[in-house]
Amino acid sequence: MSAATRNGETAAEIAAAVRSGTRSAREVTDAYLGRIGAGEEAVHAFNLVTADAARARADEIDAMIADGHDPGPLAGVPIALKDNLCTRGVATTCSSRILAGWEPPYTATVVERVVAAGAVPLGKTNLDEFAMGSSTENSAFGPTRNPRDPSRVPGGSSGGSAAAVAAEFAPLALGSDTGGSIRQPAAFCGVVGVKPTYGTVSRYGLIAFASSLDQVGPFANTVTDAALLLDAIAGPDPLDSTSIRAEWNPVISAVDEGIEGLRVGVVTELLDGIDADVAARLSEAVDVLRAGGAKVGDASVPAAIHGLAAYYLIAPAEASSNLARYDGVRYGLRVDGVDVADMNAKTRGAGFGAEVKRRIMLGTYALSAGYYDAYYGQAQRVRTLVIRDFDAAYRDFDVLLTPTTPTTAFEFGDKTGDPLSMYLSDVCTIPTNLAGHPAISVPFGTGANGMPVGVQVLAPALGERAMFRAARALELGAP
Amino acid sequence: MSTREVSKAWEAVIGLEVHVELATATKLFCSCANEFGAEPNTNVCPVCLGLPGSLPVLNERVVEFALRLGEAFEFSVPAQSIFHRKNYFYPDMPKDYQVSQYDAPICVDGTLIVDGTAIGIERAHMEEDTGKSLHVGGSGRIHEADHSLVDYNRAGVPLMEIVSRPEMHSAEQARGYVSALRGVLGVIGVSDVKMEEGSMRVDANVSIRPVGSDELRTRVEVKNMNSLRSLGRAIDYEIARQIEMYETDERIVQETRHWDEDAGVTHGMRTKEGSEDYRYFPEPDLVPVAPDDSMRARARASIPELPAARRVRLVSEWGIADHEAAVLLAEPGLADYAEGAVAAGASGHDATNWSVGAVLGYLNENALAPQGLLLRPDGLAELIGLVSDGSLNRKLATDVLDEALRDGKRPKQIVEARGLAQVSDEGAVGALVDDVFAQNSDAVADWRGGDDKLKKKKRGFLMGEVIKASKGSADTAVLNRLLDEKLNG
Amino acid sequence: MAPERITRADVEHVAHLARLALTEPEIEELTGQLGDILGYAAQVSALDLTEVPPTAHPLPLVNVFRPDEARPGVDRDEVLAQAPATENNRFRVPRILGEARG
Ligand SMILES: [Mg+2]
Ligand SMILES: [Zn+2]
Repeated sequence: MSAATRNGETAAEIAAAVRSGTRSAREVTDAYLGRIGAGEEAVHAFNLVTADAARARADEIDAMIADGHDPGPLAGVPIALKDNLCTRGVATTCSSRILAGWEPPYTATVVERVVAAGAVPLGKTNLDEFAMGSSTENSAFGPTRNPRDPSRVPGGSSGGSAAAVAAEFAPLALGSDTGGSIRQPAAFCGVVGVKPTYGTVSRYGLIAFASSLDQVGPFANTVTDAALLLDAIAGPDPLDSTSIRAEWNPVISAVDEGIEGLRVGVVTELLDGIDADVAARLSEAVDVLRAGGAKVGDASVPAAIHGLAAYYLIAPAEASSNLARYDGVRYGLRVDGVDVADMNAKTRGAGFGAEVKRRIMLGTYALSAGYYDAYYGQAQRVRTLVIRDFDAAYRDFDVLLTPTTPTTAFEFGDKTGDPLSMYLSDVCTIPTNLAGHPAISVPFGTGANGMPVGVQVLAPALGERAMFRAARALELGAP
Repeated sequence: MSTREVSKAWEAVIGLEVHVELATATKLFCSCANEFGAEPNTNVCPVCLGLPGSLPVLNERVVEFALRLGEAFEFSVPAQSIFHRKNYFYPDMPKDYQVSQYDAPICVDGTLIVDGTAIGIERAHMEEDTGKSLHVGGSGRIHEADHSLVDYNRAGVPLMEIVSRPEMHSAEQARGYVSALRGVLGVIGVSDVKMEEGSMRVDANVSIRPVGSDELRTRVEVKNMNSLRSLGRAIDYEIARQIEMYETDERIVQETRHWDEDAGVTHGMRTKEGSEDYRYFPEPDLVPVAPDDSMRARARASIPELPAARRVRLVSEWGIADHEAAVLLAEPGLADYAEGAVAAGASGHDATNWSVGAVLGYLNENALAPQGLLLRPDGLAELIGLVSDGSLNRKLATDVLDEALRDGKRPKQIVEARGLAQVSDEGAVGALVDDVFAQNSDAVADWRGGDDKLKKKKRGFLMGEVIKASKGSADTAVLNRLLDEKLNG
Repeated sequence: MAPERITRADVEHVAHLARLALTEPEIEELTGQLGDILGYAAQVSALDLTEVPPTAHPLPLVNVFRPDEARPGVDRDEVLAQAPATENNRFRVPRILGEARG
C-alpha cells in the first residue's frame, strides 16, 4: 500500500478541505463515526466512542470557519486517543479494571494540543492494560483484532490506536511507546507509527508505565500525516520536567526533501532471528533507499542485543513504583479489607491483570534490598553502553535501518502462555527507547502470510527530519 | 534511677533528625498554596493528589532555600544532587512513594556552633511532606480507630530534613542544638520554625555507651516530641531507660519509640522485622539539580549575619557580657531593636540593659515581638539620652519607658506632659532637705546622737522623705551630697 | 553475579512489599515465570560494567524549575466524586495498622 489510503483520504487533505470550506468538519466526523458504527464490533479498537462530544466539537470547528477563524493545521481531522491519555470528565481506564470508570479532573497536554490544532477526538482506544504487552490481549475489556486479519493480534500495547487507523475509523491516532508500543502495532497493522525523541512530546497526562522510556507519538496512514500530527504535539511543556526546553523544529517541511546523499546504516546485530520474509522486505527497502540516492552500509550497535534484558528490568522497576498509587484510597476500584493494608492488597489483587502483576512483581524484586545492584543498577549501565554504541554508529550514519519486528502479526493466544517469547518480539524496538532516540515504522510490503511488514528508521536524538525523509522515500518505494 | 547518679559510668550519644517545613508560597512539586489551616482537600491538584498521568516540577524557591542552608551551616554543595523515590504504602502519601533525596543530597557536611561547641551536620536534603490522617473512634488513637480520614492539603509541602552527626551527649545539649538551629533558620528566612505547630519536627536517635569508649551501640529513635521541653524530657527518659536495661543485662533493640507527653515515657511501636525495604531508585520524572555560580552567589547574598557571629561581634563592640548577648539573640528581633537604639545614639551597654530588662519583660508579658513595639528603637535611644544627661533618674526612666511602650509616645513628650524632669538644681533640692529636716527634727536629733547603725537608718529615712517630697524627681547624686553636708554641717 | 533461584517465599515476600493479594495458582505460576525472566535478565548481571556509569535518564537536562507562584488546583467535589469512600470532605479509609515512616 502506498501513500493513498483505501478511502482515498489523508489527514492533510481533510484539514485542507475543512480550512478552505469545501467540506464541513461535521460531515467528515459523521463519515468516520459511520465507519466505526459499521466495523467496530469486528475490530474492537475503542474502549469508548465519544460520538456526541465529537459532533459538538466538529460543529464548533465549522462555526469557527464560518466566522473566518482558522481552527489550525488539523482542522476537522478526527483523531483516536489511546486510553492512557487523560481527558477531563471522560473515562480514562488504561484498559484496567482498577481504573474502570475513572474520570480525570484534567486533560493531558497532548490532547489539549491536538484539540487546539483543530482535531476532533472520537474516543479512547484499547490497549494492553497499563500499556504492558505486545498484542492488546492484556486488556480487561477484551482484545482488539487486527483489521487486516481478525484471527491475528494488532500488536500492542497501542493495538487499539493502530487498528483504528488501519480500519480507517480515524485518519490519525495517538499512542504511547515505551518499548515499541507504537511501532510494533503499526508494523502489524500496516500503518505508520512514530516514537519521537524522549522529551519532545509532553508526558503530562499520559498515565505512566515506565517514566524514563514512555513517549507519546502519532499513528497515521501516511508519513506526511504522521509529520503533521507530530508537529502539532511536539514542543516544550512547563508541566513536564523532562520536556526539552528548545522550540520544536517542524518536520513537515523535511518530508519531501529527498534522500540524496543520506547515510543509512543497517544494524547487523538486529538481523539475527528475523523471519525470512521480513528479512527479504528489509533488503528490498535497502534497494529503494539506494535508488533514491542514499549511501547504505552496515552499522554495528553491539549493546543492542542486551537492550531487551535491560529493558525488562528498568521498565518493570519504574512501573512497580508508578503503579503503587492504585491502592483503592483516592480513585478507581476498592475491594474492602479489615485494615488499610489488607484493602490495598485485595484491591490490587482484584484490579490488576496477570501481566501487570507479573511486571509489578518483577520490578519490585529488581529494586528490593540486595538485588538493586545486580539488576536495576546493572541495567542502567547497559543503558549507557547502548547510548555509547548508538553515538558511535551515528558518527558514520545519519539514520539506521532495522526491521520493526522479527515476524508479522501472530495469531491470538500464540504467545500468551510464554511471557518471555512475547517480550522477545520487542527486540528491535527497545534499544531506541533506552537511548531516548526517535524511530518510525513504515509499512513495506507483506510477509508470506499476506500480513504487513514494517521497516524501522532510527535516528539520533532530535534527528526526526532525516528520519522522516528516509521514511517518505520508503513509503514511495514500497511494494 | 536518675541519669545523674550513673552519668559517671555511662555517656549518652545523641543525633537529631529535624524536619523543617519551608515557608514557600507553593508546594514542592506543584503550584498549590502552601498554607496552614485551609479547608480539607482544597489545596490539591493532580500532582499532589498523585493522580495518574501527573508529573512533578521542582519549586525554584525550595532550591534557593536549600542553598541558603548550605551557606548558613557551611555545608558543601555537590555539583549535582538528585531526587529518589522512597517506596512504601501509606494512605496519606498519594503516590505511595515519597520523593526525597537519598544518596546524593543537596547539602553535605555542615556545622552548627552550639554554646561554643561545633556539632557536625551530616546532611540536609529536600523532600515532600505527607497528608494528614484523622483517626475516627477509639479516642483518636491510630490503632484503636474504627477508620481514618485523609486530607491531602499538606501532601507535597516542601521540607528540609537536617540530620546531625551523633555528636551530642546530653538532653541539654540537644535542646541547645535545636534552639541554635531554629535561630539560624529563622534568621535566614526559610521557615517560621514553630515546633508547637509542627513546622519543625525533631526525632532523636539515642544510644549510650560506657564513658571513655567510642563505640556506637544500638540506637533507638524517639519521635513525637512537640516542644523543646518535651525533647529534653524524652531524651532524659530514654537515656535512663537504656542505662537500666544495660545494668539489668537486657538487650536493647533497634526500634522507633513514641514519646508520650502525658505519661512521661516512651513506648515501643510494633514494627515488623525486615518489612522496611524502601526500594529507592532515582526519580525518573525529575532532572538533577546542579547549583551554578549565580545560584550560589544569590544564596550567599541573601544570608544576613548569623547568630553565632553576631554574638561575638556584639560582645566585642559593645563590651557586654556573653550571656547578655545570648539573651538579646534568643528573642528573635531583639538584637535588631537594640542595634537600632545604638544607631540612634545609645551606647551598646545601655541599649542592651534596657532591651534585656524592661523591654523584654514587656514583650513577654504581652506576647509581642520586638517588630510589633509601638516605641521604636530611636525612642529607646531618646530615653537612654534623658538618663545619661541627668534629666531622668532610673526609677523615673522606668516609669516613662513603661508608658512609652504602652502608647508609643516619645519619652521627651511624656516627661514634659507629666512635669517629670529631674530636679538637679542645688537650691531647689537644698530647700526640700531643709523642709524635711524641719518636719522631722526628731530623726535629725536621733542621727546626731546615734551610733553608726542608727545613723545609717535615720539617714536612709530622711533621704526617702526628700525623694517622696520631690515626687521622685530629685537628682539622687545632688541629694546625697546635700544631705551629708547638712547633717554634718 | 547470578541470582539464586526464585522461591515461593521470595514471591510471597515481594507480593507483600507490592501489596498484591495473590491466589494460590498465581503464586505458583509467578514462582516459575519470575525465575525464567530473571534468568534471562541475568545476562546483564553477568557483564563486567564496573567502569560504566549508570544512566538513569536519556536526556542530559538539569535545573528544571517552576516559579514559586500559587495557582488554583482542582475542584474538591470533582476529586471527591471519584473516591471510593469519603466523609467530611476527606478520603475515608479502613483503620491504619503500622506506622508512617519518612
Ligand atoms: Mg525524611
Ligand atoms: Zn498540588
